[in-house]
Amino acid sequence: MTFLPVWEFPINQESKQFWDAAAQNVLLLPRCSDCGFTIFYPRSICPECRSRNLSWIQMSGKGEVYSYTVTRRTSGRFRSHVPFVIAYVQLDEGPRMLTNVVDCDPNNVSIGMRVEVMFESQDEGKAIPRFKPSQ
Amino acid sequence: MTIRGIAHIAGIFEHPGRELPNLTLAQIHAEVAEGALKDAGLTFRDVDAYYSAGDAPGFGALSMADYLGLDCVNIDDTETGGSSYLVHVQHAAQAIAAGHIHVALITLAGNPRTGGASPGGSANVSGAPEQSFESLFGLAVPAGYALAAKRHMYEFGTTSEQLAEIKVAASNHAQHNPEAFLRDVVTIDEVLESPLISDPLHRLDCCVITDGGGALVVVSTEVARSLSRETVKVLGTGTAIKHSDAGRIDLTYTGAVKTGKAAFEEASLDPKDVDYVSIYDSFTITVLISLEDLGFCPKGHGGRFVSEGALCAKTGRLPFNTDGGGLCNNHPGNRGGMTKVIEAVRQLRGEAHPKVQVENCGVALAHGTGGSLALRMGSATLLLGREEV
Repeated sequence: MTFLPVWEFPINQESKQFWDAAAQNVLLLPRCSDCGFTIFYPRSICPECRSRNLSWIQMSGKGEVYSYTVTRRTSGRFRSHVPFVIAYVQLDEGPRMLTNVVDCDPNNVSIGMRVEVMFESQDEGKAIPRFKPSQ
Repeated sequence: MTIRGIAHIAGIFEHPGRELPNLTLAQIHAEVAEGALKDAGLTFRDVDAYYSAGDAPGFGALSMADYLGLDCVNIDDTETGGSSYLVHVQHAAQAIAAGHIHVALITLAGNPRTGGASPGGSANVSGAPEQSFESLFGLAVPAGYALAAKRHMYEFGTTSEQLAEIKVAASNHAQHNPEAFLRDVVTIDEVLESPLISDPLHRLDCCVITDGGGALVVVSTEVARSLSRETVKVLGTGTAIKHSDAGRIDLTYTGAVKTGKAAFEEASLDPKDVDYVSIYDSFTITVLISLEDLGFCPKGHGGRFVSEGALCAKTGRLPFNTDGGGLCNNHPGNRGGMTKVIEAVRQLRGEAHPKVQVENCGVALAHGTGGSLALRMGSATLLLGREEV
């Protein structure tokens, strides 16, 4: 069972470790070993200091909703999945990432709400990080 | 080098069509180009610079210059979404100031209404580094602006009623524009009762989807003086980008924080000097945040600022989008920057509809926001003035 559509999406050499980890239900992000900046979305250069000296760090998967919207009308793949929540979740480690909040009534989502990561798998072994209310 | 007063907008044209199923994109570009040159009293032979954005088919400006038979020494395909055409005016002014060109033609054409394009965007994200970190979550264009609106409400207490005021003012203006796509005056309640698209944005918080286009002709002082048509002066310009900042995005402000400051400094003007504003209104929230960022009110006060008809012509303190804007009149090709410049020029020439014409309009501001408030945007501000300013 999945909450929202999952489909084939591109993975490249800069994002492969993120998606490999996601398939193992782990949220990994690059952190700059020179300036300490944690980067979202993943890339091979630190946009803060342009260092290439990055390491992959496991995130706690916990955070809070920075902003959200309940999409009630849309087109394309998500058309038949309304209403659903798109959110910026601020991870406890710092970065704000675009995602969905699922496994709850969309009308109960609020800014500041504590959430934790969960992974929705697709057939090819890929998994997409979404968030659900913290227990 | 300042470009204040060195470049002039001599020709404008807004395509009257809102549904153009029988024209190719190239044909629409040609029609608006012809219209703006005729307005200026110039011909295609006078054009030595041609600018277009992502809406130009094929190889962009090169394909269109070929199609139109233009002989240019300067071309520019700068693409920042709907704000591109304001950026082009800045680039034209810079090229004029450098002595490289005398007559720049800028065109926009699009047919999302009858051409089957998906609502709201033409950005090709295929191969973009962010692709798999954004497209998987179902973020349609309205949702990106809704994320900004929701956060603005949370931090500053902005309300849906205040956002609705912006649509109401636009509709009051559109009733006088015979070409406007939506001409009915709407009330705050009607905006709030229209279906929610993405909380907190209702259908009537969203701009229209129309075919159409527009064009501008920007000329040197030497050319401006040779024309019988009234020209307007480019007093100041500002362009900037704002992006997701690798996870530090702050949804409560836009690139207008930089572009407004730059344009006012270049023009040696303040917000209080502005008689009329054209603010890109992809959504009501875009206008509210832009007004704050441009300095018309403090950050967070936008909701109060737009209340009680403040943006209405004749009665409000800061008349905006007197053609009806993207919310009611026209949003050709899902790109609203071009029509913002066009209506600002009409106001300065005294050629807006008499019911919405600002008396003694000496200084106008046009502002564009391209891309998405929730991801990355290109912002651009122009300060324009009557020649005697």
